[in-house]
Amino acid sequence: MSLDPRAEVAERLGLGEVPPPRFASPDDVRERLAKSDYLSDAAIASTTFLADRLAKPVLVEGPAGTGKTALAKAVAEAVGARLVRLQCYEGLDESKALYEWNYRKQLLRIQAGRTESGGAEEWRALEEDIFAEEFMLTRPLLEAITAEDPVVLLIDEVDRVELETEALLLEVLSEYQVSIPELGTVRARQVPMVFLTSNNTRELSEALKRRCLYLYVGYPSIERERDIILARVPGVSGALATRIAQVVRSLRELDLKKAPSVSETLDWARTLVVLGREEIGDEEAAATLHILLKYQSDIERATTELLGGRPRA
Amino acid sequence: MLSLLADFIGELRAAGIPVSMSEHVDAARACEVIDLADRDGLRTALAATLVKDGGHLPAFDAAFEVFFALREPPAPAEGEAGAELSGASGAGEGPGPGAGAGGGGALSAAEIAEMIFRALRDRDAGALRQGAGEAVSRYAGLEPGRPVGGTYYLYRTLRGLELEALAERLRQSLGGEGTALGARLARDEVTARLESLRREVERVIRERLVADRGSAALAKSVRKPLPEDVEVMHATREEMAQLERALRPLSRKLAVRLARRRRRRKRGPVDLRHTVRRSLSTGGVPLDLRFKPPRPAKPEIFVVADVSGSVASFARFTLHLVHAISSQFSKVRSFVFVDGLDEVTQLFEGVEDPAEAVARINAEADVIAFDGHSDYGRALAAFHERYARDLTTRSTVLILGDGRNNYHETHAEVVADLRRRAKAVYWLNPEPAAYWNSGDSVIAHYGAHCDRVVECRTLRQLEAFVGELA
Repeated sequence: MSLDPRAEVAERLGLGEVPPPRFASPDDVRERLAKSDYLSDAAIASTTFLADRLAKPVLVEGPAGTGKTALAKAVAEAVGARLVRLQCYEGLDESKALYEWNYRKQLLRIQAGRTESGGAEEWRALEEDIFAEEFMLTRPLLEAITAEDPVVLLIDEVDRVELETEALLLEVLSEYQVSIPELGTVRARQVPMVFLTSNNTRELSEALKRRCLYLYVGYPSIERERDIILARVPGVSGALATRIAQVVRSLRELDLKKAPSVSETLDWARTLVVLGREEIGDEEAAATLHILLKYQSDIERATTELLGGRPRA
Repeated sequence: MLSLLADFIGELRAAGIPVSMSEHVDAARACEVIDLADRDGLRTALAATLVKDGGHLPAFDAAFEVFFALREPPAPAEGEAGAELSGASGAGEGPGPGAGAGGGGALSAAEIAEMIFRALRDRDAGALRQGAGEAVSRYAGLEPGRPVGGTYYLYRTLRGLELEALAERLRQSLGGEGTALGARLARDEVTARLESLRREVERVIRERLVADRGSAALAKSVRKPLPEDVEVMHATREEMAQLERALRPLSRKLAVRLARRRRRRKRGPVDLRHTVRRSLSTGGVPLDLRFKPPRPAKPEIFVVADVSGSVASFARFTLHLVHAISSQFSKVRSFVFVDGLDEVTQLFEGVEDPAEAVARINAEADVIAFDGHSDYGRALAAFHERYARDLTTRSTVLILGDGRNNYHETHAEVVADLRRRAKAVYWLNPEPAAYWNSGDSVIAHYGAHCDRVVECRTLRQLEAFVGELA
């Protein structure tokens, strides 16, 4: 095969030397993420490893609250990088995602220039001057590209932007560069790690998907969920964590409007610890079920199915 | 490795997963940086580079299992390099592949049952694998060369293992607790462990089938259609559940797409008054054309669905989909029939989730007048008599059904009259077009009076049609 992809990207960006890989192996990813209190599984670890080695962004998809955003945060912490986050929403545009000219500052500069004697010569100098980087407001994408220190770029909920806006991201994702008409092309000074998350509310474009590695993060297995509880909730006993994971698994088996997410599971665990429960009986479950489930109909259903009783009023 | 990868990608494409050239290159590069002996690592590497849609993962897994699970060493070689790659420990695996039923060193039925019970109780993966291997040897009765996908063997093995008794023993050994919650959790735990047994048995069978027939041949028999390509009329229970799950995001996406399309049509027709007024500033020359704001006409939809046994699930899906995007229509009215007709629009009113309303149709709609066999003629005549006057030039009528009329009278003339009154009449038929007009199908009689008869065998076709409608 041809060149190492990392070397290829580095050469294109004119970095001089190929940056050292961030992770030695998928197991290394796993251990270092665990140190940042993020328990990964085989798929997460090896996709993260590949993202680094192939110098490609990762598109993370899955139900809400399964730790997609947390993964990017944990990776940033594990590699000692700053997290640059672009939160997507409908109506997001260039000026919020990439860069914007600082009009006020430009105006001030022009006014300041006018007090001196003006001339054609001077105006040309001024024009060059006001379209310099100094007068630019960098937004997350450009900030991640131009950063000198190591960064991890997180593009959160990318499915919320319109199809047209998605195209803005393509240049950054595949070339790690941004073209600014007045300034030319700004190339990245490093090969950043990029994570995109999506809740799958719409189909992303083929072009975007092709540029990314794909990672589906579903609900964790019962063992992993127990470990997550143990890692994230101080003061929880092993038996209680197992019990919590079991209840949550059974709930997810039911046909609910919204199955409990990992973050809701953690909330529940914290609540039980605060209440000083060591055991989950019917009473405790019925009293705290509303932390896990957010729809009244779901709560009623879970109460009848799991606790075999009438829901409390 | 590269040619194996190319074959594998060929199989993925055959299963309907779009894999582009650059993704192929990525996969090849990924293979260079990972440890190829680690099968799970290889799986995730290939999944990450080749599959870009969570819904395609089951199809990917099915293909992967066949292509890469199965480099089991021939006959008795244990612990060779090949076994590592396959991830299947050959330890104690009784008869070699292809040996079929019986074979050397077979354990008795009671011994196998005991072994599996212990493995499940102690969650011992190694013992479970061994037990599953023994069980397949004893019960499956593998016939070399038979072109099947293995479901039959799975069924035979599980039947031989007497799961009911096994579940009961497990329940007792795990010890249910007094509370209702405890009992329920114990029951779910047993189910989960039996599921792990089922998966293990499945894996063993697949391994032996590949050894028998080679991966390419087997891949074809185990190929799983993507959810959107499953034929609704012939879906298995499992596929049906998959379809139900696929429907919700699908309708959400469709609604988003349609709303966006509506918004994007920015101009209406030329606004003459405004243009003339603007032209005053340019000396009466209409340089600057002004347009009326767009007023997209939202169509009115009348859905008339056959809900008799054969096409019930198709009708449910269509009703669900149409109501899920009802904001794109000015009005949606739904009618269901078998040989009698009933309006069910009110069931959908004030319900958040159309699935709930669809579930209630069966219980609450009064659709059987005589014998419970579809009678399109009678039902359509009833629709015409009661509701035809509500149709306007903005109404679109969708008739759902296979047009199998059980040799009743067709009354095709009422469809002709519906079409005269409405903007359009479409017939959605879940049967493959090749079967139309065979046997008691009279679709051609009705089709002559419809604007179009659309073949809607899969969710993909249904989605495309509904998308055009709005």
